[in-house]
Amino acid sequence: MKFNTMTAAAALALVTPAMLAANPDAKLVVNGQIEMTTETEAPEHLDGLRTIRSGWTFRTEETQSLQMDDFDNPAMIYVDEARDAWYAKDGAADQSCASCHEDPESLEGLRAELPKWNEEAGKVYTAEMYVNECRTERMEAEPWGWDSQEMKNMTALISSVSRGMTVDVQIDGPVRETWERGKEIYYTRYGQLELACATCHEENYDMNIRADHLSQGHINGFPTYRLKQANLVSMHNRFNGCIRDTRGVPYEIGSEDFVALELYVASRGNGLSVEGPAVRN
Amino acid sequence: MKQTATILASCVIALAGAAQADEGAYAQEISFGEYGGVAEPLTDTPGDPERGAEIMVTKSEGNCISCHMVSALDFAPFHGEVGPPLDGVADRWDEAQLRGLLVDAKQTYPGTIMPAYFKTSGYVRPGQAFTKKPAEEPLPPLLSAQDIEDVVAFLSTLHWED
Ligand code: HEC
Ligand code: HEC
Ligand code: HEC
Repeated sequence: MKFNTMTAAAALALVTPAMLAANPDAKLVVNGQIEMTTETEAPEHLDGLRTIRSGWTFRTEETQSLQMDDFDNPAMIYVDEARDAWYAKDGAADQSCASCHEDPESLEGLRAELPKWNEEAGKVYTAEMYVNECRTERMEAEPWGWDSQEMKNMTALISSVSRGMTVDVQIDGPVRETWERGKEIYYTRYGQLELACATCHEENYDMNIRADHLSQGHINGFPTYRLKQANLVSMHNRFNGCIRDTRGVPYEIGSEDFVALELYVASRGNGLSVEGPAVRN
Repeated sequence: MKQTATILASCVIALAGAAQADEGAYAQEISFGEYGGVAEPLTDTPGDPERGAEIMVTKSEGNCISCHMVSALDFAPFHGEVGPPLDGVADRWDEAQLRGLLVDAKQTYPGTIMPAYFKTSGYVRPGQAFTKKPAEEPLPPLLSAQDIEDVVAFLSTLHWED
């Protein structure tokens, strides 16, 4: 259509710093060692996108470089804190994570499959749910808040030992119903601004909305370190903020609805690498 | 330019049948034309274009530039690119159509990302502004009737220079 060509041309004239910074050929290699897939063909179940791209590809060169070396990645301080917590005994059973799991590296590969079906519990489990079940049932310790510093640190550690592995979340079998619910949420237009996740992250990614350069909203980099917040941010916290920005009422952090959304969003990133803890602005 | 509007209008007709714009009430009775325009001004006070410009750049009001580039508003930073640039928009649309776009752009473009600025109900999990607290419908519209007249007055000044 003539109209579209015209607006596209006009939009091109408006080159902003955020657009300049996104170098499409940049490669993400962490510590000169872990090679990440930051762009690949969209998984088959995903009709709305042909190519999926990690959030890293949308950030400025400066922010990108912070994620390329653990000495520069501010999230690694939290990962170190979690390593200490891993070996610290807590709770009435006088156990630490290490009492049963040896090193954190024993959880290598787990993050690439999360969230996943937990047969015993009969529902989809996220990293937070596994950690808290071990804390309450096995260590007889207090559970950590979903969005607490301790929990974000621990999920960052769990993610870090799977970095570079390919996200491969199951969408069939017993998780299907939860996945469908997550998909429904993804395409629902919430709030007085009537925006769905898809409106921003599927239909308008790579565009600037005010000063923000919209990504595809993948979660392979979570928990992410957000420079703006100078801390780790959990996936549910991000979902919460995005729905708030529609002038809507978000679901609770840790709710079944957000677990379902997490599963669905994770599956949209099947094929990307686990990057968490990533760095974002 | 005129030709573009005609082409567009015919696309709109084709779309309207497929994706029926959702129901919702407005802050006052509104009658939309065939293509989503609103011919009747919403107030008796003529719009003030200067105030309209202010509404468009103010985050807590129209926040229009978060999606639209407008050269005449380049004193304000960070114009987005989710919507088309509005330069010359008064050559593409008449006042009624501009008003309709503000009241509820989905009547013109079914399924558009552009929010309805005068709608009060028909929302999913609406909140009280950005507080995350649930809000009872009818909600206060995003812009008042006079705000909309002011923005329409400003948009009506956006002609291509010749
Ligand atoms: C007393 C033993 C024990 C302690 C202490 C313990 N865990 Fe576990 N953990 C288990 C067992 C048993 C499982 C279940 C394995 C399964 O379901 O396949 C498990 C499962 C997990 C899983 C899911 C692994 C998977 O592959 O599905 C995670 C993550 C985890 N634990 C983290 C932790 C963390 C973090 C701590 C410390 C805060 C901790 N655990 C403390 C015994 C323990
Ligand atoms: C109004 C537009 C908008 C809507 C609607 C929206 N988001 Fe976002 N989202 C953003 C912006 C802006 C950012 C920050 C820039 C970026 O990473 O895309 C963001 C970031 C994210 C990120 C972080 C990506 C990363 O790599 O760090 C995730 C995940 C995300 N959104 C998921 C969602 C989900 C799920 C929904 C629906 C519940 C949603 N968003 C709805 C605007 C939106
Ligand atoms: C969240 C994004 C967004 C916001 C905010 C927004 N718009 Fe739009 N607007 C759009 C899009 C996208 C279109 C094009 C219609 C489509 O393709 O969906 C559009 C179309 C228009 C048009 C018709 C343009 C043309 O050339 O045909 C006008 C006029 C307009 N908007 C004015 C405004 C004004 C005034 C405001 C603020 C009061 C505003 N918009 C806020 C996204 C937005």
